Amino acid sequence: MRNIVAIAQRELNAYFSSPIGYVLVGFFALLFGYFFYAALFFFEQQSMQAGMNPTQALNINQMLVGPTFMNTTVIMLLVFPLITMRTYSEEKRSGTIELLLTSPLTDLEIILGKFLGAMLLYAAMLSVTLIHMAVLFAFGNPEWKPIATGYLGLLLMGGCFLSLGLFISSLTKNQIVAAMATFAVFLLLWIINWLSGAVGPTGQAIMQHLSITEHFDDFSKGIIDTKHVIYYLSFIAFGLFLTMKSVDSERWRG
Amino acid sequence: MIEVQHLSKRYGPFTAVDDVSFRAESGEILGFLGPNGAGKTTTMRIITGYMPASEGTATVAGHDVFAQPIEAKRKTGYLPETPPLYPDMTVREYLTFVARIKGVRKDIKGRVDEVMKRTWVADMANRHCGKLSKGYKQRVGLAQALIHNPEVLVLDEPTAGLDPKQIIETRQLIRELAGNHTIVLSTHILPEVSQTCQKVVIINKGKVVAIDTPDALTERLRGAVTMYLQAQGPIDDMQRALQSVSGVARVHLADRKDDTGIFEVDTEKGADVRRELATVIVRGGWGLLELRPVRVSLEDIFLSLTTEEVATGEPAAAGDLSAEASAKAEGGEVAGA
Repeated sequence: MRNIVAIAQRELNAYFSSPIGYVLVGFFALLFGYFFYAALFFFEQQSMQAGMNPTQALNINQMLVGPTFMNTTVIMLLVFPLITMRTYSEEKRSGTIELLLTSPLTDLEIILGKFLGAMLLYAAMLSVTLIHMAVLFAFGNPEWKPIATGYLGLLLMGGCFLSLGLFISSLTKNQIVAAMATFAVFLLLWIINWLSGAVGPTGQAIMQHLSITEHFDDFSKGIIDTKHVIYYLSFIAFGLFLTMKSVDSERWRG
Repeated sequence: MIEVQHLSKRYGPFTAVDDVSFRAESGEILGFLGPNGAGKTTTMRIITGYMPASEGTATVAGHDVFAQPIEAKRKTGYLPETPPLYPDMTVREYLTFVARIKGVRKDIKGRVDEVMKRTWVADMANRHCGKLSKGYKQRVGLAQALIHNPEVLVLDEPTAGLDPKQIIETRQLIRELAGNHTIVLSTHILPEVSQTCQKVVIINKGKVVAIDTPDALTERLRGAVTMYLQAQGPIDDMQRALQSVSGVARVHLADRKDDTGIFEVDTEKGADVRRELATVIVRGGWGLLELRPVRVSLEDIFLSLTTEEVATGEPAAAGDLSAEASAKAEGGEVAGA
């Protein structure tokens, strides 16, 4: 455990002792702010119309917070390859991987440390968005539970992307290759259900199930369905497992 | 204590390390000598647990590096060929991090300070590793290997990139460390071996060609001495006369200037022909200007051993090399040992 924490701290240190961490958090905040404002503007217009013709009550959670969270997944798709591309590739290129692999650490400790470091950076990015939520609570009356489950969903989904990115980074010395491959795989997993109509009912079910964003819907509505939690957790475990195998095979091949 | 037995490492059809066995006792410094690409780094990487061997075993401080990697690694300090530094960390941050992952639990700060002092990097404690000069990087790499006070130190070319003063200091440090640590160091700088090591393993093309003390290796070849002889007179007559001396294997005209010839006279093993050579020149009425034995250095041994291998491996290309090698010493005998 101490080793995992030491590695995670080093990872965070690497993000924040260079501009990378600040650029990632900064631009994430900028984009999230834009999405939030756009959704807010739309919600404001809707509620003005509804005010003139009060037939139904508008739900701020469903109309503002939910869509903003969904849009956040787009940012993740673009930003996460940049977080994970350096995790292993950089160590391989600079030779510091020799330090890690000849230290009394297990592969799992190294991988979990790196994963934890990336998750903490992601948590730092998400924590900036709490400001927007605070504004909502100050001037509106949203329900806190769907917001909390939304954040849980975002964390879980981010974990999937990060574990997969970690795996892809462990395959190559080249950061650009790692970033591009990660981006391509993320995008495919994101839109895999587009073709679900073309592959028959069984294929459709499988594709629906594989799509990372499909599982997020319920979280943004305030539902914690164990089906989705298990999907995300097993996805993360699978990504980390693949990373472990990749590091191990690298060792044998030299 | 380090024990390596029948170690082999193959990459597909290519064999990087071929049946290497050696042993370094506690407190000993073992020099690992060989040309580039001989398999030094691969062997060291196997000893340190960076990669597994295809065959054979390596034991570090009583732990098999493959069966008990964590225990073995806890007792090993390793300086790879390129010091594994994180450019974005300061020297102090870096060494603190290494101390943590190497399992140092108490007084990390004190240990970091001590090691920085020992390797003369304390004045750079707050400098980023990426901004250090090559010499400092190398020494921070050494500090990193020492941080958990390991029983065994594996140093891959520890003096590479250092200036002469730093080289002397580093060798001094390595000698000081020897009592409490078992040290394996690789190098292709030969004087380094004779100055620091108690035992030499010469490796070429993945195979061990000789294991001995530096002195014994030099001694073994002392038998066959090459004489440097400078004399004034008719060159051809002198060469013929020198050749006729019994105990002379070969006379080679190295250089000539007007009527002065410089000869390299290879003698047979055990024969001291200095007196006869002088007599022959003087009796011919020529002028003997200089006569001295050419010392066989470790360098010659190294060259003869490793080029001998080339000669047998690639007969077509190695003609000139093998001629030089056999002229310098009868390398085959040592290689067979």
